[in-house]
Order: sequence, then structure tokens, then C-alpha cells
Amino acid sequence: MNTLIKMAWRNIWRNKKRTILTMMSILLAVFLSLFTRSMQKGSYANMISNAVKFSTGYIQIHKNGYWENKSINETFVNNKEIISALKDENIIFNIPRLESFALASSGKHTKGTIVIGTVPEDEDELNKYSEKIIKGEYISSNENAILVAEKLAEYLKVDVGDTLVLLGQGYHGITAAEQYPIKGIIRIPIPQLNNQMVIMPLKECQYFYSSENRLTSISLMLKDPERIDETISKIKNKLSNKYEVMAWQEMNQEMVQAIESDNVGGIIMLAILYMVIGFGVFGTVMMMTMERKKEFAGMIAIGMQKTKLLLMVVWETVLLGILAIVLGLIITYPILLYLSHNPIPLTGEIAESMKMFGAEPILPFSVKPDIFINQTISVIIIALVAVAYPLSVILKFDVLKAMRS
Amino acid sequence: MEHFLAKFAKHIKKKVIELTRLIIVISYLEFICLLKIDFWDFTMSIIKTINLNKIYDAETEIPVHAVNDVSLEFEAGEFTAIIGPSGCGKTTLLNLLGGLDRPTSGTVTIDGTDIIKLSSSEIIDFRLRNIGFVFQAYNLVPVLTAKENVEFIMQLQGIPKQQREERVLQLFEQIGLKDRLNNRPGKLSGGQQQRVAVARALASKPKFVLADEPTANLDSKSTSNLLDIMEKLNEVENTTFIFSTHDSRVMKRARRLVSLEDGKVVSDNNQMEHR
Repeated sequence: MNTLIKMAWRNIWRNKKRTILTMMSILLAVFLSLFTRSMQKGSYANMISNAVKFSTGYIQIHKNGYWENKSINETFVNNKEIISALKDENIIFNIPRLESFALASSGKHTKGTIVIGTVPEDEDELNKYSEKIIKGEYISSNENAILVAEKLAEYLKVDVGDTLVLLGQGYHGITAAEQYPIKGIIRIPIPQLNNQMVIMPLKECQYFYSSENRLTSISLMLKDPERIDETISKIKNKLSNKYEVMAWQEMNQEMVQAIESDNVGGIIMLAILYMVIGFGVFGTVMMMTMERKKEFAGMIAIGMQKTKLLLMVVWETVLLGILAIVLGLIITYPILLYLSHNPIPLTGEIAESMKMFGAEPILPFSVKPDIFINQTISVIIIALVAVAYPLSVILKFDVLKAMRS
Repeated sequence: MEHFLAKFAKHIKKKVIELTRLIIVISYLEFICLLKIDFWDFTMSIIKTINLNKIYDAETEIPVHAVNDVSLEFEAGEFTAIIGPSGCGKTTLLNLLGGLDRPTSGTVTIDGTDIIKLSSSEIIDFRLRNIGFVFQAYNLVPVLTAKENVEFIMQLQGIPKQQREERVLQLFEQIGLKDRLNNRPGKLSGGQQQRVAVARALASKPKFVLADEPTANLDSKSTSNLLDIMEKLNEVENTTFIFSTHDSRVMKRARRLVSLEDGKVVSDNNQMEHR
């Protein structure tokens, strides 16, 4: 086996220029596929992360029926049953929230808003809200002040220190009307929320909607999001059917569908790049086989079985592929690592269209190992598929005819 | 009466001994048959062809009879040249002897094995263990050094490393290329490459070596050098050499000359008898 590998290695360097050109074509395809895949996966991860952190969490607990009818009347009181159900090693954080709608008005401007009552300290620990304050200051639990999302503030033409009037419907139809001082302007990375959101301390929100101690949801953050199904099942077993327990995928179906359809586009792109790799390898291995027919014939004549010869050609292909992949990874990884820490900000129409899909207008990149592992395996499989025809040529070839050539 | 009985008993005893001997001989012959050993071939020749024919384009209007009804025997230790003009069937005959080609009819028996009956995979293995090849164009593996080329065939045979190393050194000593062990074929002259090819052919200690026009690409000095080596190896290792040639220098050194014309054996002379 060692001799075969040694021969394969030396064979691929017999024609250095051709090998380097083939490697470059594979390398370029590997670079492009890793780049696009990393960008896609990064965008998906970013969208999911934003949706999970700023909106739903990985899991949410509601009163049964709340998700179908998002009304302030479908609220529940946090109790011992829930507290006990949330004692799970995979749950690292839970944030109680009261969410509803209200009209926000200032001067001549009025707009429908999403009012979120939360525990500001917990929310800050999880989402680093205080770092997203672009003007003014962050709020605390005991205040009766609010934070207004950046775009909403722009629309209503309000600033820190101004007063915002909120008008809505409270628990069991009671009118909810109050005016609040704006303590800070916050930039939410989800454009939809950045246009509509008002944040206030939970206690104040419960007071505003006349729903003391009541919550619309408890959002849960998980240590290992991969174990979400297992965690949901555990919580469900502990809770009565008065509550519904939902995963982020159920609550963000539009986003999941958008990711899936975008992913299909990405896979088509990858398939095209894989074809480029496949033809590159095929061309080289085919040439390497055809020009060495006489040499192969000599080897068979002196007693080398065709199976060993096939193995040697397979090794040549695999080594060529691995070499190109390793080089591709060495070049691509540092670039992707840099971009994963410094996403490319988008502007213009692309940014607008991304905002429409509820995505942050940036190009985030992912450096998750599975992207690189999948690429490596795919390229090796493609190389092996590409070598199938040259192998069949070796299996069929006539030793004497080849020796006379 | 007593005397008669004693004589009768002695006669019976003698007959029993004769019968026992006969039974032993018959049992031995049965044993030989069971082992499928061709007793006569074992003692007489290592290669035997009977009515060997190779016809190219047999189904066309102009079939080419490359080998025509050739029946030959080669004994161990021979140094034989198959001679004749270009196109007389020398290479085809060599290819048939080496199992590289299949005859249209006839048999090729090597050391009791009818090689025509072997499958393509079995014939490759048979060649590996029994036949050494020297080609006109050397056919060394270009990515292996001279040493590795010779070692390669022994690796295919599964010979342990130490034994391989010893054999390689011994052969390179004999071919006089000890200082070229680590050179690749591209760095060797034609004559040197052919000497390495001879060493490779002998590395696995084959029953015989087939050499197709081994001197065709060599100058006279290299030819003489190669022939010296082949003769020496033939004597030292008692390896049978059969080569095709139309080089008069080679013919002079061969001990047996088999002459072909239009695929037929026209003469078969033992030169040693003439000398």
C-alpha cells in the first residue's frame, strides 16, 4: 500500500504544471463554495440568532391558544408549576415577557407599535440591549420610562426626554392609556422590530395593560440548542395542558421557509461548482491515464494486478483532491474567520430587500466545522466519481495493444 | 519333501517381495498423477508448445498467420535466441510464451501448467511468480528509482524487506550499477536502463526470462555489456533466457537458435554442438 501511495504521489507531480492548474481549479471551486456556503449559513445563523434572542427565544411557554390568538386576554400567571418545569440543565435563561399592541402618538404622528414589557436587567444580560442604545440610557426595573426603537423614533420624530403617548386595550377590555418619558433610543437588529418596538419594564407594562402578574410568554434560552426537542418534551411532561410549549421554528415559520428556499438556491450553486471540480479532476485523471497506457501495460505484464493499478489511480485522484482541499482550506479559513468577526455591511437595494425579509442588512459568515467537513467529503466523493471512467478504461484495456502504442 | 517345501516357501517369499515392490511403484505413480505433475515434462523441459497457432484477422479475407503450428521445448538453463526477419512472428511467439497473448489454437505448458487455461487474473499472478520480462523499450516505472524498480516486483510477490534489500544489492552488483541505485530511469542511459530491466526480470527468481529485442535500442558497447551480464546471470542463477532478436551480435552469443519464417520454425540449432 505504501508503495502505491508513494507512486501515486510521484505520478501527480510528473506534470507539475497540469497538476497545479487542476489544483487551482479545484481550489477556486472550493473557495467559492466555502465562501457562499459560509455566507449562507452565517446569514441563517444570524437570522435565527436574532429571532431567538430578540423575539421568541429557543422555546416559549404561553397560555394554551395564545399563539393562535395573540390577545392580552390569553395571558397566564407565572406559578410553581412553571417554575418547577423550568428546572432543567439545558435551560440557561428564562425571560418573562408581556407583549401586546398599542398606538404610539407624539404630536401629529401616530403609529401602531409592539409594546414589550420585560425585566430590563435580564434582557440586557441576554441581549446586551444596553449596548444597542444609540441615544440616552438603558432602563431599569423600577422606572416608568420607555425605550423606543430607532426607526419608530424617527417616524414619530421623538427624541430622548420627549413623552410618548400609548393607547391600547388592556386585560378584559380595559382601556390602556398612558404617557411615558423616553429614556433611550435603541437600535434593534431585526428591521421589523426596529420599526415598531417600544420596551418598558415588565411591572410597568403589566400596570399599563391592567394585567398585574400576568405574562404572555416565558422565553427560554438553551445551553445546547441541538437538544431543543428533548427539552420541549421534558417541559411538556411537567406542564398541564393549560400551557403550550413551542419551538422557535414553529413560531418563525416564515423565516424557516425563507431559509429553506434560499438553501435550495445555495445547493444548486454548489452543484454547479461541484461540476466544475468534477470535470477538472476528470480531465486530468483521464489524461494521466491515457498517456500512461504503455507504462500500465508494462506493469501488468511484469505481474501487477489491475486492481492494484486501479488503486494507484484512485490514490492519485484522492491525493490531488485532498491537496487542493487542504490548500483551499488554508487560504479560505482565515478569510472566513475574519469575516465571521467582521460581517460585511450592506447598503442600497440589497439592504432594503434584506430588511423586507426581516434580516439584518449585513453579510455574516459562519465558520462552523460542518461546512468544511461537508465540503471535504463532497470534493473527495466527486473526485472518486470523476475517476470512475478512467478506471473502467484501465479495466478494459488490452495490454498488447497498449505496449505497441 | 522338506527340501521341496523350503524351496517353495523361498519362492513364495521372493514373489511377495516383488509384488510389494510393484505395489510401491504403482502407488508412487498414482501419487504423481494425483499431484498432476507431468513427470516427463518435469525432467525434460520447462516450456513446451504444441501446435501453437496465432492468426490475426482470422475472420477477414486476408488472415495473418503470425505463428504457424509451432511445437517447441525449452529446457532449464537455456540461452536461446528466436531469430528471423521483421514480421516473422518472433514477438508474437514470445508474447504467447509469456501469456501476454492467447493463441488461436495449440497449447503452452510451463512447468506443467497449461497457461491457456488460466484466467486473466491468474495469468498475471503466474507471470509474477514464474516469468521475467525484458522489453525493447525497457518499460521501467519512471517514478521509481532503479532500486525501487527492481524491488517493486518483489514487493508485489510479498517478499520481506530485508530479503528484498539483499537481493537488490546482489543484482546491482552483478549488473555493475551499484552506484546508480537511487537514480530514476530518466537519469540513466539506454544501456543502463536495460541492465536495470534485466535485474528487475531476475529479481523474483523466475523460471525463465523472456526478452523481446533487448538490444534493439542499444549501441554495440552497451549490447556487448548487456549480453555479458545476461550470460553471467544465466550461468550464476541458472535462469533460462529466451530472447527474440535479429541482431547478429546476439545470435553469435546464443547457445540455441530457433529460426522463424512466416510464423513457422524453419530451423532449430544447438550452437554449442556446432562449436
